[in-house]
Amino acid sequence: MDSSIAAILTLDGLTNGIVYGLIAIALVLVFTVTRILFIPQGEFVAYGALTLAMLQQGQRPGPLWLLLVLALCAAGMQAASLLRAGQAALLPRALLGTLGVPLVIAALVWWAAPQQFALPVQVLLTLLLITALGPLMYQVVYESMADASVLQLLIVSVGIHLAMTGLGLVFFGAEGFRTPAFWDERWNLASLTLSAQTVVVVAAAAALLVALWFFSGRTLYGKALRATAVNRLGARLMGISTTLAGKLSFAVAAFIGALSGVLIGPMSTIFYDSGFLIGLKGFVAATIGALASFPAAAGGALLVGLLESFSSFWASDFKEVIVFLALLPILLWRSLVIPAHDEDEE
Amino acid sequence: MKTKLAIKAGVLAAMLACAGIAHAELTIGVVMSLTGPGSGLGIPAKNGFALWPETIAGEKVKMIILDDATDPTQASKNARRLVAEDKVDLIIGSAAVPPTLAIADVALETQTVQLAISPIETAEGKDAWTFRLPQSTAVMAGGVVNQMKKLGVKTIGFLGYSDSYGENWLKEVQRLATAAGMKMGTVERFSRADTSVTAQALRVVSSNPDAVLVVASGSGAAMPHKALIERGYKGKIFQTHSAASRDLIRLGGKDVEGAYVISGPAVVPEALPDSNASKKLAMDFVTRYEKQFGAGSRNLFAAHTYDAQLVLQKVVPEALKKAKPGTPAFRAALKEALETSGPIQITQGTLNYSPKDHFGLGDDARIMLTIQNGNWKAVNP
Repeated sequence: MDSSIAAILTLDGLTNGIVYGLIAIALVLVFTVTRILFIPQGEFVAYGALTLAMLQQGQRPGPLWLLLVLALCAAGMQAASLLRAGQAALLPRALLGTLGVPLVIAALVWWAAPQQFALPVQVLLTLLLITALGPLMYQVVYESMADASVLQLLIVSVGIHLAMTGLGLVFFGAEGFRTPAFWDERWNLASLTLSAQTVVVVAAAAALLVALWFFSGRTLYGKALRATAVNRLGARLMGISTTLAGKLSFAVAAFIGALSGVLIGPMSTIFYDSGFLIGLKGFVAATIGALASFPAAAGGALLVGLLESFSSFWASDFKEVIVFLALLPILLWRSLVIPAHDEDEE
Repeated sequence: MKTKLAIKAGVLAAMLACAGIAHAELTIGVVMSLTGPGSGLGIPAKNGFALWPETIAGEKVKMIILDDATDPTQASKNARRLVAEDKVDLIIGSAAVPPTLAIADVALETQTVQLAISPIETAEGKDAWTFRLPQSTAVMAGGVVNQMKKLGVKTIGFLGYSDSYGENWLKEVQRLATAAGMKMGTVERFSRADTSVTAQALRVVSSNPDAVLVVASGSGAAMPHKALIERGYKGKIFQTHSAASRDLIRLGGKDVEGAYVISGPAVVPEALPDSNASKKLAMDFVTRYEKQFGAGSRNLFAAHTYDAQLVLQKVVPEALKKAKPGTPAFRAALKEALETSGPIQITQGTLNYSPKDHFGLGDDARIMLTIQNGNWKAVNP
């Protein structure tokens, strides 16, 4: 190995690492706010990439139907609980609140899909559609069991992951897709070829981090999320709705997933079931941050990306083994440094 | 009283009629990978059944299709269910190698004929009841190595799946290439779910072989190909028959121009000379299939299930002479007919099963293609 090969591998590893980092950040966010280990995060990535591919071909993407079904389920559940409480008068307003936004988004995508707009518009539509799935999913699946144990929430997450993979096959078919690059340019820097897509990934990730920082530090909703993350009960006592916090964290997670999908789409062929492995690597990174620290998770993601890149160069047969085995020393170290604590203590 | 009697008579007649149909029915169990990583192969294979006739040799065809989720355990369970409960006469499937191997075990144990859609390699005698419809890896690898020899290739790089498909190809190409005086160089692996093969491509390119063999299937074959081109590889790139679908061109774009792809003749019957015995059948398959599933949708896996029907047209009449469907005797007769009634003309070439050889296809069952201006073109043999 010479320096030029090392440079290429580093660049490739960092590019992938940034995408894993985005996923890790979403996982940490969802876990701290809702205590849900959100296994289906990777599915949002695949859905994002494949929805964009569908829009590219002028077809109406399948998640559109998922959005409508979830919205109807949420509305039905809401209506049932209002009727049971004898508050039928509140019904129209509540239904409008639940159904309104998803219906508008669905109608917009339905209308726009066959028009084959320019790439940026299609990316916006994709982000809109997938982001809208997040809060509805929280509302339908997790809201009623928000106080369940971490293990129960994890089991439900696995179920959602399996359901979303199956639906992905129905929505997108078995064959993979590759979306066109945002910016098809390559620069030669000595022996290194820098593709414009890499620059796009770095820029998008940086923009997202700044936006998240601004959101959590300067806006009321962001502060509410942070408060819930620090202490659920305390936040509720202060009048913060944990349901709202849950929905909000899912919206952010879905948005990050869709964005990662859109970013990774031009670099790799994405299949309906590609999300799981990508999500799992994000999970390894999040574990490095102990599912609590954003900077550690992001750093861990870069480490995972580099580890993956170099191990596939030296021992391509054992690449996956090496990446996932890396969890062991990290867990060992964590358990030595930080004493175990029981979640029931909270 | 009279009406009651009439009803009784009617019921009896209906039962007799049902029983009559049940006897004159050819029950076929299908185990196919419709979900999971093999679904890219299993779904088109299932589509091929749409072109089947309603009856074979005068027997009504009853088909039971089960999904194995590309999981050997599930495939094995499905196969057992088909034999034990549905009393099938034969099993077709599966499209991916691991589930097909699992079915082969059940086929041997329950003495049921299996028509395999993937070219599985089994231990000696383990395939007594398994007959493959696709070309063996050895036949296809032979075509690849012949072409390499013709192009004056001396060193070969390998970039393939880290599964049994990749392993089989590596073994065969290594054997044939060494025999032809070529050298097998860097061997690199990746899996279908990988988001990047840059590192492996880099290693292959840096050893600078005269040709690189990419072993991957369906749309998964485009990414390693593109990675090689992106890393500046200028030599010849070869692809296997699992990549011989439109997806390679759709995803690869201009990067796959000039690639060599080994294939069965069913994908490009137009390129075959009129003297080729498979041309008429393959043309018929392609026209009918594309009429139903859209232009450019032709693929090898649908051709295999279409071929299954051609094979049955030939062997079922033979077996019927000896036994009735639904009995173990019929299953044994079917096996015997498959082993003795060759040659059978199918879209891929001429099948010649024998008690020793359950692959059946020879060197006429392959064709070397190249990609030119976003379309397939046959390389003159």
